Amino acid sequence: MAEVAFIIIAAITLASAFFVVFSSNLMYSGVALFFTLFGVAGLYVFLYADFLAATQIMVYVGGIMVLILFGIMLTNKIASTDLRQANRGRFMAGLSAFILFLLISAIAVTTQWHTGSPQFLDTTVAKLGMMILYQYLLPFEVASILLLAALIGAALLSRKK
Amino acid sequence: MNSVIDSMMKIFGSLGTGNSALGLVLAVVIAGLVVFTIMAVMAIVAVYFERKVSAFMQDRIGPMEVGIFGFKGGKQFWGGIGQTLADTVKLLVKEDILPKEADKKLMIMAPFIIFIASFLTFIGVPLSDGLVVSDFNIGVFYIMAAGSIGVIGIILAGWSSNNKWSLYGALRSAAQIISYEIPIGLSLMLVVIVVGSLNFGDIVAWQADHRWFFIHSPFAFIAFIIYVIAGVAETNRTPFDIPEAESELVAGWMTEYSGFRWSIFFMSEYANVLIISIIASIIFLGGWLSPLAIFGVHVSWLEGPLWGLFWIFSKAVFFVFVMMWFRWTFPRLRVDQLMYFCWKVLIPFALANLIFISVWELIF
Amino acid sequence: MYTDFAPILIFIFFALLLIGALFVLQNIISPKQNKGGDKLNTYECGEVPEGSAWVKFNIRFYVVALIFIIFDVEILFMFPWAVVFQKVGLLALVEMLIFLLILIVGYAYVWVKDDLSWVKMTVRYGRGRYAPLQKKGSDS
Repeated sequence: MAEVAFIIIAAITLASAFFVVFSSNLMYSGVALFFTLFGVAGLYVFLYADFLAATQIMVYVGGIMVLILFGIMLTNKIASTDLRQANRGRFMAGLSAFILFLLISAIAVTTQWHTGSPQFLDTTVAKLGMMILYQYLLPFEVASILLLAALIGAALLSRKK
Repeated sequence: MNSVIDSMMKIFGSLGTGNSALGLVLAVVIAGLVVFTIMAVMAIVAVYFERKVSAFMQDRIGPMEVGIFGFKGGKQFWGGIGQTLADTVKLLVKEDILPKEADKKLMIMAPFIIFIASFLTFIGVPLSDGLVVSDFNIGVFYIMAAGSIGVIGIILAGWSSNNKWSLYGALRSAAQIISYEIPIGLSLMLVVIVVGSLNFGDIVAWQADHRWFFIHSPFAFIAFIIYVIAGVAETNRTPFDIPEAESELVAGWMTEYSGFRWSIFFMSEYANVLIISIIASIIFLGGWLSPLAIFGVHVSWLEGPLWGLFWIFSKAVFFVFVMMWFRWTFPRLRVDQLMYFCWKVLIPFALANLIFISVWELIF
Repeated sequence: MYTDFAPILIFIFFALLLIGALFVLQNIISPKQNKGGDKLNTYECGEVPEGSAWVKFNIRFYVVALIFIIFDVEILFMFPWAVVFQKVGLLALVEMLIFLLILIVGYAYVWVKDDLSWVKMTVRYGRGRYAPLQKKGSDS
């Protein structure tokens, strides 16, 4: 049962990700990305990370997707039908993508993954909260500085016309 | 962990069907049908309710011609009770129109996304003690996450229509919904701080042990008000209905939609109103506890799943009524006032509220 | 936990089937004639539509979405903190205050720099609330 659900979600994620890359219509790519992000949230559920899955939906689907769609709609030539992704330099793009693929596969193969039966945590949120407050306090506070920088950057960007 | 699915699967298990996967699917589909029925009935009833409430508030009579089941039309309060059923049939048999300039694929897809968003939110909404499709540990957070999907559908609907009113309506609606999500999140966090759990069952259990949350402290009461205001804005209702302000944007992002596609939007919108009302009554007004619990009195025969269902729905209907009351009391805001109100009034208050209640909790 | 989250997947497919079936039903019973002429034109209050609606709109909406994401991330950082607040006590309050203060600095910055206002005031004639103000870019 769980396997079937996993295959369905993984298939949706992969298929929509391919559509994002290969679709020539930017808007359709954006919409396909919505399904990809949704599928990734589903994959988090299979890792018993319920809070992370909801976070994925809330931030990526509810926030970043809005931003991306706004961004696409803001592009100048959205009205013209020849809105296409740039297809020039296919060779160089393919080469760099291939190198990146090799790199990632090398990392994936050489890493010592933590394997074992999944551990069901009753409340991942409480555990996360404790980790934020004790173990990972510094990254947590630094994250707020990152957010501050992003906020000021966003404000600055918007002011330039 | 007592959800409807679990209890149904237990029943299926006792019936002797060995296949648990099939049982799960069957249980969920039954739950889904119930949720769909609730959404449809809510839309039908709310339309009639809304018409009658607005008529009474403006000293009119409202719909009065169409009768049904032997109820004749007329000036009585049940006059025109068949009107919404007739409307439903009308919407179903209307001609299906997609403008030729529109992006048809996305235009067909948008109602699905908006419907699924509110449909999925219902999974985490408890209707009584244990009467919930899935009793998530992250209940409150799940509602916020699932509720944020719909905005994508709104943007797609507005953009794909290739209509200026639709585009501006969708942009305004999206900006409004995402903005007002922040005060909602911040005011819901108060209850999480006090209770220490995101689960709705724990939250109501806490209120049963102590007191209803909106009288927990002054800050909880402020959070309650912030939540109600932001909830009205989140569902795009007057006075925050700028996205579909008839006088400037025709019908906002729904302009090009008609017939059945439009009625799906309509259904989801009223479902969202219901969700916001139910969440407000669970978080702040004790959920499925009887009103006597506000004084700390627990009458045993007034509690139980069925009574819980009754209490939660009476509280939710009260909120729905308040939303309709708002509609005929406050004039519509301007778009800049709307943004001002969210970013410069609600969010500072909600943030300060959060800090104050943490201090309050440390002291008391 | 799977039984908790499985309904989401099943609900999605169920909704697709249900709404899809209703659309098919509606297609069967709805009238098909009269599809010609101006009926399929874009609605523009009775006028012949003037160009496409896919035009560039104001960047303000983009800015709102940008600032929203920052606050959204902040909120979801605060949820785990809120859950354990009662257990940890004062330490949690202090740590969250530091986190919040850094963000409130940014919030104050965008407030003071007028990035939060929808209509930017370009010319200030006076300091009073009702002083006449010239607005720019109020097309939406």
